[in-house]
Amino acid sequence: MKLEARGVVKAYGIHRALDGATFQTESDARVVTLLGPSGGGKSTLLRVLGCLLVPEAGQVLMDGTQLPNNEVGALRERRKNGFVFQGYNLFPHLTALENVALPLRAVHGVSAAQAEARAREMLDRLGLIGHEMKHPAELSGGQQQRAAIARALAPKPRLLLLDEPTSALDPVMTGEVLDVIRELAENGQQIVLATHEISFARKVADWVVFLAQGQVQESSTAEDFFTRPQTALAQQYLEGLAKYR
Amino acid sequence: MLSRHPLLRTTLCVLLLLVVTCGLVFAAFAQIKYRWNWEGFRKNEMLFFQGWLTTLGICAGAMVICLVGGFTLMLGSRAPWEPVRLASKGYIAIVRATPLLVQLLIGYYVVANALKIHDSIVVGMLLLGLFEAAYLAEIFRGALESIGRSQREAASAVGFSTMQTYRYVLVPQAVRRALPGTTGELVSLVKNSSLLSVLGIEEVTQITRLINSRSYTALEGFIPLALAYLAVTLPLSWAARRLERRFAYET
Ligand SMILES: Nc1ncnc2c1ncn2[C@@H]1O[C@H](COP(=O)(O)OP(=O)(O)OP(=O)(O)O)[C@@H](O)[C@H]1O
Ligand SMILES: [Mg+2]
Repeated sequence: MKLEARGVVKAYGIHRALDGATFQTESDARVVTLLGPSGGGKSTLLRVLGCLLVPEAGQVLMDGTQLPNNEVGALRERRKNGFVFQGYNLFPHLTALENVALPLRAVHGVSAAQAEARAREMLDRLGLIGHEMKHPAELSGGQQQRAAIARALAPKPRLLLLDEPTSALDPVMTGEVLDVIRELAENGQQIVLATHEISFARKVADWVVFLAQGQVQESSTAEDFFTRPQTALAQQYLEGLAKYR
Repeated sequence: MLSRHPLLRTTLCVLLLLVVTCGLVFAAFAQIKYRWNWEGFRKNEMLFFQGWLTTLGICAGAMVICLVGGFTLMLGSRAPWEPVRLASKGYIAIVRATPLLVQLLIGYYVVANALKIHDSIVVGMLLLGLFEAAYLAEIFRGALESIGRSQREAASAVGFSTMQTYRYVLVPQAVRRALPGTTGELVSLVKNSSLLSVLGIEEVTQITRLINSRSYTALEGFIPLALAYLAVTLPLSWAARRLERRFAYET
């Protein structure tokens, strides 16, 4: 996949979370990670890339085609993507099984029986056998996040977008979830991942987009970024993170 | 022994409370040296029962009106179209800020008269339902708005359209949060239906007054009247609590 952004602006009120973000990945990047200091605009860029937010200005291109900038087109695009967020974003009134099966039926037109079979298959793959009938409140944080990944993957998304999927988890659960993501990446799933897990990013990423103050400071292969960061901001960021590892 | 039988314990407590309450009521009557005369009431039992049925019918109709009306008003107050939004909010504000009695009198003697609707039961049912609808609209709105931004985002992330987001995510969660408040309003509705007597509707309160005056008694009828309302409101609260427990998916 090739991702490209040209002068993307997204503001909340007067504050510009993205202030002319511009970058371009290599043409066969499979796992793109968004790195950068807190408040730098990672989540915002991820939402723009996934068509959850429509930018005020600028363009985003995926494999050369421009993403729509109207609600109808954005909805169509969103349905091709899978999202996992930082918090627990499962639907609390539905069982784990229904969380996965309902979007398949309602959005993707899958029959009830097939949706249930697919949902069971996905939960099974993510190690949630025996938890299908539990509500999110009855699952641990790591289980909830794996159920959220199952929901995002069930419709076979072209692109999986992950926004700090482990930042609300303890180290053991973080490990569980990162294992899942790594396996997906190794099996060829296209992924955009915003994260602070620098050593994980180093292992799985093909391409790194480094964001600070709403702008892309650096966009390069993972190898280049981690071994030869070009900007002072990126150097400081990597040094700061290395300090306690 | 009682601590091991929660049901028995609850039953005993309820019975005890009942005895104490009845004792207090009768003590109060004894204090004012009230002379009981149940003869007149007993002769009009059927009439009382009919009045009670009328009350039930009006309440059932008004409940449907207020649930549908409340939901519609809530949607209206969130509509993207400004005139609809203003009209809904204005209606809610005015109805909540004026007494039901005034609304009934104006609604019946002025509005319904002008529209040439003379069936007092239908008008009463409508007015009562539309009154409670304003309260329910606010309860529904609060419940809907208390659902966090992350749920809306999750809904749009799985590809739900606006309609689907309401249907599959927002409304089911809002229903649970709105349930306690809604029950309270429905119980109020039943009690407020007694005000319809000012429109001359022969519901149970009006009938009780009629019986009291017809049989030259002053207060006898009010005891069965209280029981008649309790027979509706207590099961209503109980059923609502059961429903709430069924919806309790978050612990
Ligand atoms: N819904 C919102 N309303 C107002 N401001 C927002 C909103 N979301 C983000 N912002 C602001 O936009 C800026 C960028 O936020 P964003 O969430 O994209 O950063 P981030 O890089 O993901 O940070 P973090 O690593 O802490 O998650 C921040 O200054 C933030 O305060
Ligand atoms: Mg973020």
